[in-house]
Parts: sequence; C-alpha cells; structure tokens
Amino acid sequence: MSLKRNILDLRRRKKEAQQGGGEAAIGKQVAMGKKTARERIKAILDENSFHEYDLFVEHTGKDFDMEKKVLHGDGVIIGTGTMYNQPVCIYAQDFTVAGGSLGLMHARKITKIMDHALKMRVPIIGINDSGGARIQEGVNSLAGYGEIFYRNTEASGVIPQLSVILGPCAGGAVYSPALTDFVFVVENISKMFITGPSVIKTVLGEEISMEELGGALVHSEITGNAHFYALSEDECFEQIKKLISFIPWNNTQKALRFPTQAPTFPTSIEDIVPSDPHYPYDIRDIIKAISDSSDFFEVMELFARNIVIGFGRIAGNTVGFVANQPMYLAGVLDCDSSDKAARFVRYCDAFNIPIVTLEDMPGYLPGVDQEHAGVIRHGAKLLYAYSEATVPKVTVIIRKAYGGGYIAMNSRHLGADFVYAWPTAEIAVMGPEGAANIVFRKEIDEAENPAEMRKQKVQEYKDKFANPFVAASKGYIDEVIEPLETRARLIHSLEISEHKVDKRPAKKHGVPPF
Amino acid sequence: MEDNRPKYEVFVVNTAQYYTLLTKKYGMRKKWQPADLNEIRSFIPGTILEVYVKPGQEVHAGDKLLKYEAMKMQTILEMPFAGTVKEVLIAEGDKVRKDQLMIQLEELAE
Repeated sequence: MSLKRNILDLRRRKKEAQQGGGEAAIGKQVAMGKKTARERIKAILDENSFHEYDLFVEHTGKDFDMEKKVLHGDGVIIGTGTMYNQPVCIYAQDFTVAGGSLGLMHARKITKIMDHALKMRVPIIGINDSGGARIQEGVNSLAGYGEIFYRNTEASGVIPQLSVILGPCAGGAVYSPALTDFVFVVENISKMFITGPSVIKTVLGEEISMEELGGALVHSEITGNAHFYALSEDECFEQIKKLISFIPWNNTQKALRFPTQAPTFPTSIEDIVPSDPHYPYDIRDIIKAISDSSDFFEVMELFARNIVIGFGRIAGNTVGFVANQPMYLAGVLDCDSSDKAARFVRYCDAFNIPIVTLEDMPGYLPGVDQEHAGVIRHGAKLLYAYSEATVPKVTVIIRKAYGGGYIAMNSRHLGADFVYAWPTAEIAVMGPEGAANIVFRKEIDEAENPAEMRKQKVQEYKDKFANPFVAASKGYIDEVIEPLETRARLIHSLEISEHKVDKRPAKKHGVPPF
Repeated sequence: MEDNRPKYEVFVVNTAQYYTLLTKKYGMRKKWQPADLNEIRSFIPGTILEVYVKPGQEVHAGDKLLKYEAMKMQTILEMPFAGTVKEVLIAEGDKVRKDQLMIQLEELAE
C-alpha cells in the first residue's frame, strides 16, 4: 500500500500552516516595509539550512471564543540551522498570526528552542515582532514571559543570545531582549517601550509618537538598550552575520580564527593624534591602524559616544576594544560610558575574548546631573568589570590618563597583564591646570602677577608629571613604546597570554554595583 | 588639524579646556536648580481630584492642600509648614505633568 495519500496530506497541512496569518495579513506586513518571519530566518541563516519544529502547535486559549480560532504555529516559528556552517538556534515571532501575540504555547515553543540552544551550547537568535501578551490567555501569557526571562538569565554568559527587534516589542516583552547580549534595531520598524504612547497620553497627558518614544534611534542614542542600529532589515542581517563571525559559539570556546591580515588604514599611526592634549581626534582611527584589515566592528556606536567599544582582530584572533573617544565630550568617563564599557568588558570576559584598552581621557564628567545620576555607582561598574575579568587584558595609554579614570581604564592596579604608554602619555592625578592650582596655590596667590605665576607653575607641573616616565619608574606601566610599535606589542602580548590562568576565590557570584 | 577647530565646542573638565563634539543626550540634560520651598510641584504625573485652598488663604502645617491621583493611588498633599497661598494654578479634574507648578505660596517672612 502506497504512503502517497499520507504524504500528500502532510504536504497540504504544512503548506497551510506555513501560510501563517494568510495572504491578507502578509500583505499588510509587507506594506509596513517588513519581511515575513520566514523570510527573516532564511536571510540570517546559511542557505537551505533551516529546519523547523513545532509547526503544528496549536494554542490552548479557551476564553473569549478563542477556542474557535486557528492560529498557525501559534504565531512563532522556531528551528535550527547554520551560520558559517556552525549550528545555531533561532525563533521568529510571526506578526501575521494574531499580531505575534504571546500565549502559552507560543512561549512554550520559544522556551523549547532556548532549552535546546543551551543544551547544545550554540547561539540563539530571537526575532521579536509582537503586539505583546495575548490578553485572552491572561496570566498564561505572563507565565510565558517569565519562563523566557528565566532561560535568558540561565543562558547568559554560556551561549551568545541575540535579539532582533523587527516590529513592536512592548510591555513585558522588552525584558527578554534587555537580558540578552546584543539587541539589533531597524529604523522605522523597531519599537520598544514598557508603556506605549496611547497609555502615556491617557494617564499622563504627554503626547509623543512611537518613534520618538521607543524608536530605533532613541534606543541606539539615548537609552542604550540597543547595540546595533540599521536603516533596513537587510543591513541588520548583515550586522548579525558580522557579529557572529567575531564571537565564540559558547563560553568554553574561542572565536573563529582568521588568517592574519595587515592593517590597511591609510594614515600612519604617528599622524593621527594631535600632540596638544586639548585637541581631539577619532580614536577609531587608532583602532583601525592596529587591527587586521583595519576592520573594526563597533558596538553601541551612537550611545555614550565618549567611549568606543567593539570587536576587531589582531593576528587573526578576536579582541574586544574599549577606548576613550576624545572626539566626543573630550572622552570623559560618565554614567553612560562607564555602564556601556563595563557590560562589554563582562561580555568579553564571559566569552574568552581578550580585551585591548586604549586610554585618552581627562577624568570623570563634572556636574550635578552626573553626581545625582549616580556616577559613583555607574563608574564603579567599570572598576568591577575590569578587576573581575580574567581574560588577557592589555592597555595602551595614548595621551591623558588622569585621576580615577587612569585607575578605571584597566590599569595595572586592576589586574592588567600588560600596560604600555606612548611617549605622549600623561599619567597624573589630574591635569596640569588643576594640579598647579592646588599644589602651588600659595605661590600663585602671593605672586605679583598671579596669572603669569600660574602659567609658569602649570608648565612646571607639566614638565615634571605630564609624561609616562614617572609611572614607568614605578613599574606601573611596563614599557613606553613608539606608536608604530603598538600593533607588534599587542600581537606579542596576546600571543603570550594565550594560556593565561587567573584563579579567583570560589564564590557563588559577586555583588557588582548594578 | 587647525581646519577642524571651528566645529568643535570648548568643553571644560577640571579647569582644562578641551575641544570636542557634544552628544545629543548631553544637550538634553537639565540644569540643576535648587528647590524652591514656596512652589508646590507635582512629583509624579497625575490628576487633581480636589483642591482645598484658595488664593490668599492662610494655611498651617498639616493643612490639606489638594487630593491627587497618580498610578491609581490617591494622595493628599499637606502643607509642610505655615504660610499663605498666593496662587492656585490647577483646578479639580486637571491632568498635571511631572514637576508642574500647582500652588505658589507667599514668600515666607523671616
């Protein structure tokens, strides 16, 4: 007896379920400039590598006439596939099915693939496009969210977790992305908020558009919730592929190794930095001048621009760069930049990625707003993250390393393995102007011409302390190097750190100043 | 390098002047101002349910000023000290923003 009939029946059922919300709903999705959930998965994974599970899962809602409704796949697609021929897990909410709303079975599908990813120690990519909780399923929806958050936390630091926001992601739903490692957003498509514009208007009388409240740019520039900002879904998918190429598959592995490539940055590293410490330059030029192929993949480019974080490769191996950016706010440390850098350092540490720190900063941002915003506890996050990190840690001091910032930027004192300084480095308790005012206050006040005396004393302090040699004489920096030597020194430092063992006292976990 | 100077802002950190760009968020920050005790301001967005005082009225510590609803909770605001009501800038049923001036008190005579 032939199986033909059964096979044809299966094909018919699959075809119907794969339609999601049907033609009309798909038309609406496309009209909004969005791809369908299935298209998105295909665009991210290696060609023809996607395998779906739970296509025939049905929702269990019984109230409000829900039992009469068919929701194909319960509004979410889950499965496995490959990227760079390595396995990954993926899920995508399907907005065409009941607005991608999250009910119990929808959540069960997501937690199933999350459990699988964690057990198999492979990355998980979640594509969010959902109206939120399925109100008709009541507390079951909330349970579903909670079970996702629990798994996000369990998997944190074990497997890479990527969240791609390609539609609304509101209310409780926002917390899964917030718990994951990297959040991708797309202009005009991503919307994230706890409370939407309509509620805000009714309750508070404040009128604001969705885009202004929780659009892609807001989360990239103001809130710091998003890590990668793209103008189109296609650009976003390229960013995902690029990120995946830089990070290891789980916390017991190292990132993929590539052949060593020389930097291609056109400007000599000696010609990037102005010698006057009061003038800016783009620190990313230095990163490019020392990275393989001058390829630097920046993370959180638009948020807290006074610090730059991101991935590059040195001699074929991934490193995480943390660098003060004199181009913005003179490269000061503040609440946001400390927070941004601290989380990145912890990411690198969790996933065996060595950290290269480039330092040029005049200190912490002064101001009532900073103090009241908690610059003490935010700043402490960075100290904590660097001190805690046991991956290889190398610092290059380019110019200014003043005060608390000198300590915070992966100093010897926080456990740096190698600290180098350019001859332009100024390692001091504060800038010469401030220091002279305090140290020589009496001489300046009593001088016939205080302005002239101040100038003289500032110069005196500069000559004595605004250099790397005082710190070098105490062994706080290991070597003063020429800018052109930087890349070779980094290659060597990372090579001999490859088998680094840095044991810390056993503990359940620390209590960082979250 | 010289050519780049005009577009940079002067930014002071610990008495030293740096040339740099500012960020959008930095531009959005609010300048801190000391609180004026004679200004009764909303501390959370909400709705005015009842107003108990009129302009010119003398009030004592503990006197009710207004009843306020925010996040489904009703709160009665009371005078923290004695004074005179100068102006009432809200009415029953008004929706108020955070930090909106609701009642202005007379300057306290020393």
